[in-house]
Amino acid sequence: MVPAAGKAPPGSNEAAIRRRTLLSGALSGIGTAAFVDETVFHQLLHWHHFYDGSTSAAGLVSDGLFHAFGWFAVVAGLFLLADLRRRGPLSVRRWWGGVLLGAGAFQLYDGTIQHKLFGLHQIRYDVDLLPYDLTWNLVAVVLLVAGAWLVLRSQAAGLRPPPSS
Amino acid sequence: MTGHQHSGMGADGWFLGALAVLLLAGGVLAYLGAVRRLRRRNIRWPLARTAGWMAGSVVAAVAVAGPLVAPAATDFVAHMTAHLLLGMLAPLLLVPAAPVTLLLRVLPVAHARRVSALLRSWPVRAGSSPAGAAVLNVGGLWLFYTSVLYPLSSASSVLHVLVQVHFLVAGYLLVAALIGPDPQPHRPAFRVRAAVLVLSVAGHDILAKYLYAHPPVGVPSGQGAAGALLMYYGGGALEILLMVLLCHRWYVAGASHVAGDRSGRVHRWGHRAYPGATPRMDRGGYGRRGMTGHL
Repeated sequence: MVPAAGKAPPGSNEAAIRRRTLLSGALSGIGTAAFVDETVFHQLLHWHHFYDGSTSAAGLVSDGLFHAFGWFAVVAGLFLLADLRRRGPLSVRRWWGGVLLGAGAFQLYDGTIQHKLFGLHQIRYDVDLLPYDLTWNLVAVVLLVAGAWLVLRSQAAGLRPPPSS
Repeated sequence: MTGHQHSGMGADGWFLGALAVLLLAGGVLAYLGAVRRLRRRNIRWPLARTAGWMAGSVVAAVAVAGPLVAPAATDFVAHMTAHLLLGMLAPLLLVPAAPVTLLLRVLPVAHARRVSALLRSWPVRAGSSPAGAAVLNVGGLWLFYTSVLYPLSSASSVLHVLVQVHFLVAGYLLVAALIGPDPQPHRPAFRVRAAVLVLSVAGHDILAKYLYAHPPVGVPSGQGAAGALLMYYGGGALEILLMVLLCHRWYVAGASHVAGDRSGRVHRWGHRAYPGATPRMDRGGYGRRGMTGHL
């Protein structure tokens, strides 16, 4: 179904579709991770603090940019998915790989740079943070690995010559 | 809280509120009159646009002369509610009503030419470009809430009115630059508008978090925090709506490039209903790069 990358017929934009499938998934994943962070840890559990006094200026700027970009990412990612769908078939596995990669990358950035380096806020207060930090970043790594695996599998499927030839 | 904040609500406060409502009502009447003139020439104008103009005018009137005005002088949450209505919700309703397109359509050609020349003049172009409008918005917000302008505007009716006009105009310009159906001399590519939107939203959210910890001069910290949360989450909801509208325009514009796709029909708000209304300025519509749909 998917022709080899080097042998695409003229006018085919297979490579562009594959790239944009990954982009759409990654944008949706970043946005979803940002949304889960906001909903679950800020609003439902009240573990995170909106502003905990020790927040640095760099932390505020980083948080503001990621909050804004996270929302835009999920909206743009889903519109891009709709666009890909109306253009033709797409690799759902590759899209999900992108989602996991995006979500993992956001989670890792949030857990290392924002929580630790910028001191934006901590995962939870008045507890031993180490197990929380380890779990948080481990989840990020698992998401990244799973996403990379799915993308690589979709890559392999794409490089296989079509069964009819 | 203290006496000086009430001076804006004196006799001149009432007068200015009534004047603002009269101006907005005049705007609605003018819009309806223009639509009627079009109809006499057998030109249909989408009902949704007329409804948007009326709803936006009502929202703006509520913000400047409604029940929020009295508490807004002493209560930061009421002030912030009025700010969100005037600076964000009203523009989101007014801009899709395409008032400039309507104006150019009903004016005699000579006058319409003068209006387009005005729209192409450099001050208007600077203020109505996405980056210029974003600076007016976010820069204006930071300046207003982190300086003495905030307490001063509670004490002076004239300054208060100027600030409100600024909120409405700056909000209108930004929404128009991002998703407006009206002609624009040089509408930048989708990705430029998307970047400007993300940066503006970030500037708004960073200010909200900053105000959470450092309320404006004269605002008690509890009120400051509540108002900042409203700014962050209430503003966030309207910002997401703006993002959806921007991406939707990108999606609709891409329809003509998809073989066999039928969604190139006229958009509900009528964006594609009258191509070529003002041919010289409309050409920028979505630009080649926007049309081909690259994020």
